[in-house]
Amino acid sequence: MAILTVENVSKSFDDEEILKDISIELNKGELVSILGVSGSGKTTLFNLISGLEKPDSGSVILEDEDVTGISGKVSYMLQKDMLLPYKTVLDNVALPLIIKGEKKKIAREKAREYFTDFGLEGTESKYPSQISGGMKQRAAFLRTYLFSEKVALLDEPFSALDMLTKQTLHEWYLEVMDKIHLSTLFVTHDIDEAIMLSDRIYLITGKPGQITKEIVIEKPREKRKDFNLSEEFLRYKREIVEELNKKD
Amino acid sequence: MLPSPVQVAKAFYTEFPILMEHSLVTLQEAFIGLFVGILTGFLVAVIMDRFLYMYKAIYPLIIITQTIPTVAIAPLLVLWFGYDMTPKIILVVITTFFPIAVGLLNGFKSADKDSINLLRAMGATKGQIFVHIKLPGAMPHFFSGLRISASYAVVGAVISEWLGGFSGLGVYMTRVKKAFAFDKMFAVILLISVISLLLMKLVDIIHKKCMPWDNKEQEL
Repeated sequence: MAILTVENVSKSFDDEEILKDISIELNKGELVSILGVSGSGKTTLFNLISGLEKPDSGSVILEDEDVTGISGKVSYMLQKDMLLPYKTVLDNVALPLIIKGEKKKIAREKAREYFTDFGLEGTESKYPSQISGGMKQRAAFLRTYLFSEKVALLDEPFSALDMLTKQTLHEWYLEVMDKIHLSTLFVTHDIDEAIMLSDRIYLITGKPGQITKEIVIEKPREKRKDFNLSEEFLRYKREIVEELNKKD
Repeated sequence: MLPSPVQVAKAFYTEFPILMEHSLVTLQEAFIGLFVGILTGFLVAVIMDRFLYMYKAIYPLIIITQTIPTVAIAPLLVLWFGYDMTPKIILVVITTFFPIAVGLLNGFKSADKDSINLLRAMGATKGQIFVHIKLPGAMPHFFSGLRISASYAVVGAVISEWLGGFSGLGVYMTRVKKAFAFDKMFAVILLISVISLLLMKLVDIIHKKCMPWDNKEQEL
């Protein structure tokens, strides 16, 4: 069953069409990537889904509810962790609960419960400047989760990290996702990352950006250790690269 | 005409009780004025940040008030409000509120757009964005404004006392000047500098206390 559906969404800025007729489906527990080169309108799509902007036509549906142009329904996370430097990690993470009107004390207690699951124990009373980049992303991700446990939108959340931290975080992410039954829509320009993490990949190409291909990664998510060194992986990669180059 | 440092030190020592008496009055004016200055500065900054037309309407006026020399307004204030504390406090307010209002306003305006968007995506109200992003983000700007204002406050109070009053360091200054007691004159100048420095130090201490995240950065 689809938890999030984007139906025929189009968007223009100043007479320039950015996105045309985009339709996307995200099923419960799935990780779906939207892959495209820079400037293909990925982030715009993201803002439309998160409700920060309104599409010119089409709609965004979250569990039978029309949330087109309504913010505060799906959570999102960017490449920058955007943890507030003047709040402790715990207060940063608890922020979405406080925004929703929860009492500070209760919000903190609720947030604290997840620290172990997310591998963040011991960082509660630290400030973001005192923890490592990987930890910051984890904290930002927990904040995203506490904001909406249904769907997480991630906009290149790992791209600012070094290779090894990135790999660790990929594994960590898949693990956590299974634990908390999250559905994720993932925007990236990193082909390897998309194949490693996704159940399905939408390719967005051209100007205006359109979904030109949908690729299903058959390999089960839990068996993806060293997947990126296999023949199968390369086949997917070739398929994607060919499609992305076609429109140029 | 130019007393030696020893003479100044001597004058400082013998005049100490009287100097303290006068400082108390000046400090009182400075503190009340600074407090009111912070309140008005804060209020004006919030209003200007919240409403663009208020910003456009008020900002030029504020700039103009700062181009009028304090010494020029002080006698008028004395004429309007008399010889007691009120005109002095008003003058201190006028001089101190500006650095605070401008500092805070810059702080509000330089708030991180992505952070604001993030909170908007969370469904935050304008008030919540203000409390969680803009206000804490503006704190460093506020404190650098306050640092300037704290020293302005003392000087402002002294200047306004020159032009009439019964006690205060400024009044004392005009008296010793008329008596050609230059050693005492230098003693009081020294005292005013020391008071200003101490106030700025106090602001720094409060700054550190209020923003623990700023000085913990090196610990990692």
